[in-house]
Amino acid sequence: MSAKIDIEFTVNGAVKQVTVPATASALDMLRDQLDLKGAKEACGEGECGACTVIVDGVSVCSCLSYAVDFDGRKIETIEGVQSDEGLDPIQQAFVDYGAVQCGYCTPGMVMQVKHTLDKNPNPTKEEIQRGLEGNVCRCTGYSKIIDAVTEVASS
Amino acid sequence: MDQIVEKPDTLIGAAFPKPDAPDKVVGKTTYINDMVLPRMLVAKIKRTDRVHAKILSVDISEAEKVPGIVAIATAENSPKGLIGVLKDNPPLKGDKVRCIRDEIAGVAGETEEAVNRALELIKVEYEDLPTVFDPEEALKEGAPLIHEDKPGNIGLTFDFEHGDVKKAEAESDVVLEEKYELHYVTHTCMGPGCVIADFDTHGKLTIYTQTQYPYNYKMDLAPALDIPAGDIRVIQPPTGGAFGSKLDVYPFEPIAVYLAKIARRPVKLFFSREEEFIASPTRQPARVYIKQGAKKDGTITFRDVQVYLNNGGYTSWGATIPAVMMRTMTGHFRIPNVEFHSVAPYTNNPFAGSFRGYGNVQATYVTATLMDKMAEELGMDPIEFRLKNAQEPGERTPQNSLLKNAALADCIKISAEKTDFLKKHAEYTEARKTPGRIRQGIGIATSVHNAGGAKIHKSDGCGTILTMDDYGRATVITGASEIGQGIDAVITQLVSEELGIPPSDVLIANDDSAIGPWDVGVHASRTTFIAGNSARNAAVKAKQQILAAAARQSNVSADKLELRGGHVVQKDNGVSVTKLDRLIRAMHFAGEDAELVMVSEYYEPPSELEDKNHVGDISAAYAHGAYITELEVDTLTGGVKLHKITAVQDVGKVINKLGIEGQMEGGIAQGIGYGLSEELIIEEGIVKNPNFRDYKVVTAPEMPEIECHFIEDDEETGPFGAKGISELPCIIPGASIANAVYNAIGVRFDNPPITPEKIVRALHGGKAEAAE
Ligand code: FES
Ligand code: FES
Repeated sequence: MSAKIDIEFTVNGAVKQVTVPATASALDMLRDQLDLKGAKEACGEGECGACTVIVDGVSVCSCLSYAVDFDGRKIETIEGVQSDEGLDPIQQAFVDYGAVQCGYCTPGMVMQVKHTLDKNPNPTKEEIQRGLEGNVCRCTGYSKIIDAVTEVASS
Repeated sequence: MDQIVEKPDTLIGAAFPKPDAPDKVVGKTTYINDMVLPRMLVAKIKRTDRVHAKILSVDISEAEKVPGIVAIATAENSPKGLIGVLKDNPPLKGDKVRCIRDEIAGVAGETEEAVNRALELIKVEYEDLPTVFDPEEALKEGAPLIHEDKPGNIGLTFDFEHGDVKKAEAESDVVLEEKYELHYVTHTCMGPGCVIADFDTHGKLTIYTQTQYPYNYKMDLAPALDIPAGDIRVIQPPTGGAFGSKLDVYPFEPIAVYLAKIARRPVKLFFSREEEFIASPTRQPARVYIKQGAKKDGTITFRDVQVYLNNGGYTSWGATIPAVMMRTMTGHFRIPNVEFHSVAPYTNNPFAGSFRGYGNVQATYVTATLMDKMAEELGMDPIEFRLKNAQEPGERTPQNSLLKNAALADCIKISAEKTDFLKKHAEYTEARKTPGRIRQGIGIATSVHNAGGAKIHKSDGCGTILTMDDYGRATVITGASEIGQGIDAVITQLVSEELGIPPSDVLIANDDSAIGPWDVGVHASRTTFIAGNSARNAAVKAKQQILAAAARQSNVSADKLELRGGHVVQKDNGVSVTKLDRLIRAMHFAGEDAELVMVSEYYEPPSELEDKNHVGDISAAYAHGAYITELEVDTLTGGVKLHKITAVQDVGKVINKLGIEGQMEGGIAQGIGYGLSEELIIEEGIVKNPNFRDYKVVTAPEMPEIECHFIEDDEETGPFGAKGISELPCIIPGASIANAVYNAIGVRFDNPPITPEKIVRALHGGKAEAAE
């Protein structure tokens, strides 16, 4: 049994205090302790991007992060992307452009796209593709995801 | 004042988003992997570390003592029933293990930590047995026997003969004889394997599963559980992809049930990604010996095919792929004389299941590259040779597939024109003569696939129950499963179109076998065609019932009425006769004449089973496709960069523009992986690359531009003319890439994937013009 540690951080604008095992992954903490199950574990090895969340403005694989490393950070997860006005433009474009099939990769994709566009609001097609390099989608062949991102970037 | 209702734009062919997409983009969808039931235990499997061994003892005494462990299932305390296509697979192994994925025990506990600890403490003693990994070796006299009751290691065999191959060979001007080695690939669904089993106090089982064939699943699961199939209720929560991998019962599912029974609590058993690579089914690998002959004028004279399928330790659907492979080998292009023989010997490798394309991926890799080789041998161009042998509409193949509206020649011509194929092909061939590091290449491949269901069971049908509520909304209870492919959108469109109600007023219910009417399952590119027909017919029946009632009320005859925009209107002028919801309520609450709008439909396609000689028109329709790949090869690094894939396919009719393009693009990505990068490396029965780092699925930067061109020839038996489409995009790209690579560097690869390493090795081995 590993030691338990108290941490405090903000998730989607709300302050959270949790006690986590020292070895717990951030993804497990989000999913199991905070019931934020949008981020998925599809590999647990940092190879697929399904668990992507944004930490202090940077997209990370939460399966590779320790929960304790979230202490004092500002975390954004897929659950916080939608606003009172409705879907975020990225989410809306994913729907309208058919970028979602099984949807298992989608939360991670949306977070990664958000990060890519925050850094570079006018990406070329190649930059969009490179931005998604770490996110595996087995259903769509990425074309519709790239279309959706292109649409958001151009509007 | 008369209310005029304008005719809305048709939804057929529209870019209609999947109804479940909004929940998916906000992270709200609860996948099976996300589910938690009250008092649910978590479970994992103790697997073997041997590939062929006698089990001497399994000791769980230490594991049982781990705090938090609630149940351990082994062969000893579990039902003895078997699973698999040949019922040769005991979910828990008691006497021996036959491949590396074999299951020794299931452990359920309060936490994953406790379960992992217990797994480590289970002690198994083995006596290793001699091994065999190669299918031809496994057939040899004296080879180690994998199953004692399968002499000679022989699993399933398929044989088909038509015409006189020997005579045709003697009369051929050119004969090519080739050997292909087709590799292991795996589905890599993004949602790892997961199942939840839960018994009620009557002893009835509810199983939450990722299956893509819920109804026959019960029948296949029951024998392993010692309970009647009728006591099983199958719930299908949203799943992270399937692609054919969930078309059988696999050991982890009954194991979860055994544990739930022992624990008397819900049990969730799930896979890690590593397990997903090692212990889920693969695509069937195949060694193919093929001979093809032709006359000088380019007329194909015969094909002679012998296939060895590496069955692995147990038989799932992989071993049955010759049923599909054969249709292409014997019937793609006009093949007057043909023999096809296949055998699937047991070995100590993991075993294969079904995977999108089902044997046609392998068949097309072989036939489409062979067509190119033969064209070159004959001094013809790849287009001319194919057109010479392409069937005309109305022809039948040797296995009796009726190619009613065969669009093969059109697919070839259109794809060639769109890409300026002949000019580029000649140019790139010529360019090989001069030095240069980067070579351009263009290649074509074609195939044919069932597109109106596939009658492999006595029924290939699908049921629909459609009810209208008192507010004019439709609930469509369909047997068809949604696995991400988009049948939810298609059925919504079809029903909305027929009933003249907005798509948001259509609800699809299809996740509970206790409610849904029977369906074969999601496979064989059948769902839009079969479930689409079923849903549309149900909607038409409901419409007739509604219009008849409206006619009685309004004194306008039913044939002059139609449903439009939530109203019953007069066809000719759009004048509303009544609002739909008001009419439905009036029908419903009419005292003694009360009438509920509630219809059912069971659609069975007009197709036939194969006879024992494999002759039969198994599908109501067939579809062709021609895909052209343009790429460049870096002869120094062996890197292949895809520029563009132009896909021309006969689809009958586009129902959902987004859905069909999404299926095309997604299928093409898997096809590219098959041709270029994906291989599950299995050495001496051990999976060597069970992770996304070493098993290379295609990622966004590698995707080329994709241009789809749909030939819409309105299939008379399809819903609004549609055919099934979703496997050809995965079937064809590999071969078209191989032909393009040949065009670029003059080297053939009969052993995909065509990796940079293989290219460099081939070029340095001097089989082609040396790289500069
Ligand atoms: S689950 Fe974190 S990268 Fe795959
Ligand atoms: S939509 Fe299924 S993995 Fe991306």
